Amino acid sequence: MSEFFAMGGYATYVWSAWGLTALVMTMNLLLPLRQCRKLRVELEQPE
Amino acid sequence: MLGAVRQPGDALAPVVFYLIVGMLFPLALGSDPRLLAQIGPGAIWIAALLAVLLSLHKLFRSDLDNGYLDQLLLIPCPLFLLIGARLLAHWLQTGLPMLLVTPLLAESFGLDYALLPVLLAALALGTPVLLLLGAINEALTLTSRGGALLALLVLPLYVPTLVFGSGAVYAVHFGESPAGHLSLLAALALVTLLFAPWAVATALRISID
Amino acid sequence: MSVIKEYWHKLSSAKHFYPIAGALLPWFIIPALLMLAWGSWQGLVVAPADYQQGDSYRIIFVHVPAAWLSMMAYMVMAINGAIYLVWKIKLADIVAESAAPIGASFTFLALATGSLWGKPMWGTWWVWDARLTSELVLLFLYLGTIALRGAIDDRQRAGRAAGLLGLIGAINVPIIHFSVEWWETLHQPATVSKFSAPSMHPSMLIPLLVMALGFTLFFFAVLMIKIRAGILEQERHSRWLSALYAEAPETTATYSAEGNLAAMDESNE
Repeated sequence: MSEFFAMGGYATYVWSAWGLTALVMTMNLLLPLRQCRKLRVELEQPE
Repeated sequence: MLGAVRQPGDALAPVVFYLIVGMLFPLALGSDPRLLAQIGPGAIWIAALLAVLLSLHKLFRSDLDNGYLDQLLLIPCPLFLLIGARLLAHWLQTGLPMLLVTPLLAESFGLDYALLPVLLAALALGTPVLLLLGAINEALTLTSRGGALLALLVLPLYVPTLVFGSGAVYAVHFGESPAGHLSLLAALALVTLLFAPWAVATALRISID
Repeated sequence: MSVIKEYWHKLSSAKHFYPIAGALLPWFIIPALLMLAWGSWQGLVVAPADYQQGDSYRIIFVHVPAAWLSMMAYMVMAINGAIYLVWKIKLADIVAESAAPIGASFTFLALATGSLWGKPMWGTWWVWDARLTSELVLLFLYLGTIALRGAIDDRQRAGRAAGLLGLIGAINVPIIHFSVEWWETLHQPATVSKFSAPSMHPSMLIPLLVMALGFTLFFFAVLMIKIRAGILEQERHSRWLSALYAEAPETTATYSAEGNLAAMDESNE
């Protein structure tokens, strides 16, 4: 298991790369969702 | 077109800037003649690029301010022809003087005299391209905020010209033929000449209405 | 013929596309997440270590899809920008605007993961070869387009300006790639071969393709959400939109797609 995390000595590089990917993808997903929800809440307010 | 000869003071600015930037390199990097001779072609090209970039700012602004542009859009003559003429006048004002003082810069870098013809040829082909491409972006950003925007937009477009133009001079420097670089530069110039005036006209229409 | 015309007319109207985008969303996101999960598993765990590069080559499973996505997103942006410029279809402008930040973020990712791969392998974070230079220029083009949109106040004008810029950029990137590559082959034949991808064993190639497909579907999923946000933003004062939301929320079953999505587990990206 620890071998897996060590990635043959390249742990920093590999996990940074994959971590960055996860971050970028999550932000790409969450930010528009939040924007949508915010706009919908605005629309649902009685004017 | 007469407007092109309006302010001689303005006309000198890009040339002066060109010389100044060129001379900053030896000042910053030390005067080791071998180093200067090595970076010379590239440095001169950078200075030329920046000088053209600087000159773009006044390309359409005064025309915009005094209503000349609005009139231009109403003239029945095809806009891209008028724009083409305007750009040609601008190049004669900025590019041509730059070419004339290039030998001075070449000397300040201690460049081999053999490099001068190819340097001038490359700049003669390249500066119009830089001007035309820059004009497109200048027209696009005419009515927008933010001064650094133009530089950001224009940088990607300038890369091929810089690579080929500078490469041509370095080719001669290393004893090879600059023919490939120059012909690619010429092709670039031709294509840009053909489509840029139209693009500038479109960009102006977008900005002005 | 008129059926196609009518269908096209419907599709290009924001009002009709809004629910379509919402309906398509699960079809994009669920396969995307499954593929990303499987591909990651294969790439990180199952695939054998590379003979030359050891385990660091595993970065390729995110680097290549990110680079691929950066270019595809640009195509989407440029094409829609052009459509808006020529035919003035507002939805096209929204699509172009939506694609830009997604593309920019993946371009950045491609560059970053590329550097993280390059450093242990070839000892340097950066090299000015054709591919990396083109990718960097692509990032500048994205940033420039986004900045241009932000700097012009008039919505229509901004869209058209960005459309023109997108077109110019689309022509420019291949030229840059070619110019740097050509220059390289004259001067550094050795470096070029350093970065060329070796042919891949199926145990590595298949996860790579699956990841690429997963990234692509992910892009379209996010694009759908952003388009909907864009439509909401633009049409917020229109009657059809206020009619949709002024009613009781229970009737809008399809439109709570976003709500379900946020609740989904994303631990394996």
